[in-house]
Amino acid sequence: MGHLRQSLIALAAAAILSGLSAPANAQKTLRAVMHSDLKILDPIWTTAYIVRNHGYMIYDTLFAADEKGEVKPQMVGQYEVSGDQLTHTFTLREGLLWHDGAPVTAEDCVASIKRWAAKDSTGQKLMTFVDSLTVKNDKTFVMQLKSPTGLVLLGLGKPSSNVPFMMPKRVAETDPNTQISEFVGSGPFVFKREEWKPGDKTVYVKFDKYKPRSEPASGFAGGKVVNVDRVEWRAISDHQQAINALLAGEIDFIEAPPHDLLPLAIGDSNVKLYDWNVLGNQFTFRPNWTAKPFDNPKVRQALIYAFNQKDFLEATVGDPKYYKLCNSYYPCGTAFFTEKGLEGKLNSDFKKAQELLKEAGYDGTPIVLMHSTDLQILANLAPVAKSLMEKAGFKVDMQSMDWQTLVARRSKKDPPNAGGWHAFLTSWVSVDITNPIFTGFMNAACDKAMFGWPCDEGMEKLRDEFARETDPAKQKAIAEQVQMRAAEVVTHLPLGQWYLGAVMRKNVDGMLKAPAPVFWNISLK
Amino acid sequence: MSIETLPAELVEGPPRRGRSLRLAARNSSVIIGTLIVVVLALLGVLAPLLDTLPPSEINPVFRNKKPGTERSIRDSSGEEKKYVHRFGTDSLGRDVYSRVLYGARVSLIIGVTVAVISVAIGLVIGLVAGYVRWLDGSIMRIMDGLMAIPTILLAMGVVSLSRAGLIAVVIAIVIPEIPRVVRLVRSIVLSIREEPYVEAAITVGTPTPLLLVRHVLPNTVAPLIVHGTFICASAILIEAALSFLGVGIPPETPTWGNIMAEGRSLFRVYPHNIFYPGLFLALAVLAINMLGDGLRDTLDPRFAKRV
Amino acid sequence: MIWPAMFSYVLRRVLATIPVMLIVAVLVFLMLRLTPSDPAAIIAGDNANTEQVADIRRRLGLDQPILTQFVIWLGKTLQGDFGESFFFKKQVAELISDRLEPTLSLACLTIVLAIAIAIPLGVLAAYRHGGWLDRAVMGFSVLGFSVPVFVIGYVLIYIFAIELNWLPVQGYQRLAQGVGGWLQRLILPSITLAVVFVALIARITRTSVLEVMNEDYIRTARAKGQTEPKVLIRHALANAAVPIVTVIGFGVALLIGGVVVTESVYTIPGLGRLTVDAVLARDYPTIQAVILLFSLAYVLINLAVDLAYTFLDPRIRY
Repeated sequence: MGHLRQSLIALAAAAILSGLSAPANAQKTLRAVMHSDLKILDPIWTTAYIVRNHGYMIYDTLFAADEKGEVKPQMVGQYEVSGDQLTHTFTLREGLLWHDGAPVTAEDCVASIKRWAAKDSTGQKLMTFVDSLTVKNDKTFVMQLKSPTGLVLLGLGKPSSNVPFMMPKRVAETDPNTQISEFVGSGPFVFKREEWKPGDKTVYVKFDKYKPRSEPASGFAGGKVVNVDRVEWRAISDHQQAINALLAGEIDFIEAPPHDLLPLAIGDSNVKLYDWNVLGNQFTFRPNWTAKPFDNPKVRQALIYAFNQKDFLEATVGDPKYYKLCNSYYPCGTAFFTEKGLEGKLNSDFKKAQELLKEAGYDGTPIVLMHSTDLQILANLAPVAKSLMEKAGFKVDMQSMDWQTLVARRSKKDPPNAGGWHAFLTSWVSVDITNPIFTGFMNAACDKAMFGWPCDEGMEKLRDEFARETDPAKQKAIAEQVQMRAAEVVTHLPLGQWYLGAVMRKNVDGMLKAPAPVFWNISLK
Repeated sequence: MSIETLPAELVEGPPRRGRSLRLAARNSSVIIGTLIVVVLALLGVLAPLLDTLPPSEINPVFRNKKPGTERSIRDSSGEEKKYVHRFGTDSLGRDVYSRVLYGARVSLIIGVTVAVISVAIGLVIGLVAGYVRWLDGSIMRIMDGLMAIPTILLAMGVVSLSRAGLIAVVIAIVIPEIPRVVRLVRSIVLSIREEPYVEAAITVGTPTPLLLVRHVLPNTVAPLIVHGTFICASAILIEAALSFLGVGIPPETPTWGNIMAEGRSLFRVYPHNIFYPGLFLALAVLAINMLGDGLRDTLDPRFAKRV
Repeated sequence: MIWPAMFSYVLRRVLATIPVMLIVAVLVFLMLRLTPSDPAAIIAGDNANTEQVADIRRRLGLDQPILTQFVIWLGKTLQGDFGESFFFKKQVAELISDRLEPTLSLACLTIVLAIAIAIPLGVLAAYRHGGWLDRAVMGFSVLGFSVPVFVIGYVLIYIFAIELNWLPVQGYQRLAQGVGGWLQRLILPSITLAVVFVALIARITRTSVLEVMNEDYIRTARAKGQTEPKVLIRHALANAAVPIVTVIGFGVALLIGGVVVTESVYTIPGLGRLTVDAVLARDYPTIQAVILLFSLAYVLINLAVDLAYTFLDPRIRY
């Protein structure tokens, strides 16, 4: 009797200790650690990249840029342009459904375009050309222009923040300055709201009724075929631990590992590095034109002579394999790349910078430089900026804060010593700054511009010309002039191009090269 | 009287005058502890003279170098000489050895400052609470409230009230420590009031300030010194935790805590960022705890081990 | 024990927690309202203008006088409505209930481990006073609370999870999904957190047992011929219980601080991490709710400790 009891107990103990859990699923789950945790779910309301990535999971777009950057139809089946280039007719392709089963209609698309255009600067610019946007029938809508513009496809196929995602009409009619509260899309994944635990994990499952295009996938375009059942975004904020978990097989994918830890990851035979964002990113310095002494163009010019790209790249990325010195506002590898206007600048010519400061009559006002401490790739930028600026003769008051605080503070126009700011540094995905319209920081419409509020009529005229131009060769010429103007008045400064691939386990296959990490086409071997 | 006091302060009897400092000075824990602390403090004070580089000098080209890396630098007279990064460099190219030595200053200053300020403020409030009966209740309720809020969370909250900086962090750590000091002082005051010689002094009409100075204060000295040393140790650790959570002192001013916090994600590839400051920090905290132990054993007979 | 006096004492102590919690509520509320950063601006987003920010401020009720805000918030809180998180688009109550299990699991396992390891260690050290074990225990314990928790964590992860591969690196598994996995993932975090407590409790145990071992009644028991283990356990430990219980009570404050750091290191989705995220994001409703909850837990545990005294030590009278 005792013997039997003993063995039963032993058996029970073994069963418990071996972790009898819910019956094992044959489900294929991709466990990913993204660069940030998802807290906001409205990709129109914010430009944050993590929300854009979320958008690409559950929403679809009318047009999409392929691997080469060419805009191809995605949700649109037929696209016609009238001879005078003023009437654009869009017809949706067959079989498009929302996650709740309802079919996608032209009304939904028109409402979505309007909401996107209200917030996005490219959309706003596009709308200045639009006379009317009307629904012709269930699947067709017409955009009537006042004058021709290349922004129609450029805008509707915009690859990065804000992406014109299509949402159901009832959702798209939410005020653009209020976050949406329903997350129904027509994209290849469904957002599992019940399983969403902010700060812990976000869950997506395959949308069975998604009808991919027939073309092969390329960039954001082509057929979006999902080969996994479930994708989980896990929030592991400790970078070291994320790598540890990847190596231990507890997760499959890390979107943006710190450069310093790459050797650790790549050294393991089960892990590989994959550069999905071939165009990389650009570090940017943004001065506040409304804060003395940055209202003086000579003082801003001094910055362009004080800085050099190498110091910033070395301090953040470190390994030359992952960065590129690119003296251009438009990233290297993009259509409008040019060095005109930046020759001889960004070379740390401290003497010239000091001269300019003297000419400008710089009185030693400390420059309030905001330093964000919690975003790993940005954390080392401000200290480098401070040291270079000081060598050039600036007095710098570097104030450390977390990114959220910085975001709140940069929207303030108060004087820097009373809650305002003089400067901060950030990073843009290359695809967001390929032309004068996409580049938010080039908007010099004074009060209507982005934080930093540059105010330059000349710049605005050039950008307007660019928007009106449809011929690519003429566009390039205007883009060059825009860069020269930007370097002269210093709307912002490009501080180097950098690249970062994802690290993933060897069995993760098929990730597409695109400016945002997308999870269709990926399979777990 | 309630037993809401520190573990070692179970009042078994009225406190007597402590034994002399000479006894304390002969206790081995006190000697070793003090020695280590003094050495660390000296390292901090003499940092500029100990072959160090400016602790916030960034050098992106030399980032993440292992300990022992040599390089040539131009010194103030323009001459080139060799410099060895004994503890390696961090992710911005700053010399870890220099930062650790300069960090000794800030970390120890934080410890001492927090201890002194919280003891001073706590003493005053505790005396008031013990003496002024009608304020006692409300003061103690507020102290209970403050104590109920977890230290780290309170500190995080206070730091987020203003810019992160030395003063903010000191205030943030002082505030949660005050209630315990208040309790300690108050319990001493209350127990002394019961003493016959104090009652006699009151009957005779001794003014309160004189009472406080002559009878109460001397009895608080020993326990407060002991408690103060433990606060000092605790403050250094809390500062490290705050730096780890991202709300500590900004990295231009090195502290052992923020050197470790900055280097934490490189632990497996460049462990020197955590190892060296961690070693110094552990040593300092250990020494201060030993010092406190020794002082408690000798100065405060209530806690003397009767073995 | 005299029941009416006991009962009134218990009642008094329980009632005394109410003003304390009220003060905590006031302190926390004030602390947040004094911050210079503006959650309305953060919520409004990058491109909002001042009008939109003002709108949001109105909607969140942030434009009302502070007293009104406080009263409204207090009223709602007492009804269990902790409001909606500024950032997570979820009810705070839901966020908290999600995170409760991991933190409770970690805390309980830590306490159990700490007591299970520390008390025997302390007793043994006292028993073999002056020997190598005694010195080792004292030495280890001072070390235990001299090293920051996250350093202990990284070292343990490196040794046991990476080099030896015995345990997972990070993460948390819900109890409902299997006890084995739940336990496996909690072992390293609990040990990391327990180190400080083992150090504290072992020392206090040793000291208390030593003090008591030389008491007259112990010598009497020895003289009576009762064997050593029985002497130790029955008399010494029972009388050392009071200080040990006190340490546990006062250690809860330490525990909460340690939980915050440990959850960050091991990626445990508990209340500690929630608080850190909320503080960094200036998410007032969440911060207020979590701090209140932690404070309540602390106050209740201390209440339990105080009440335990009356059972453990009849000498303590009120």
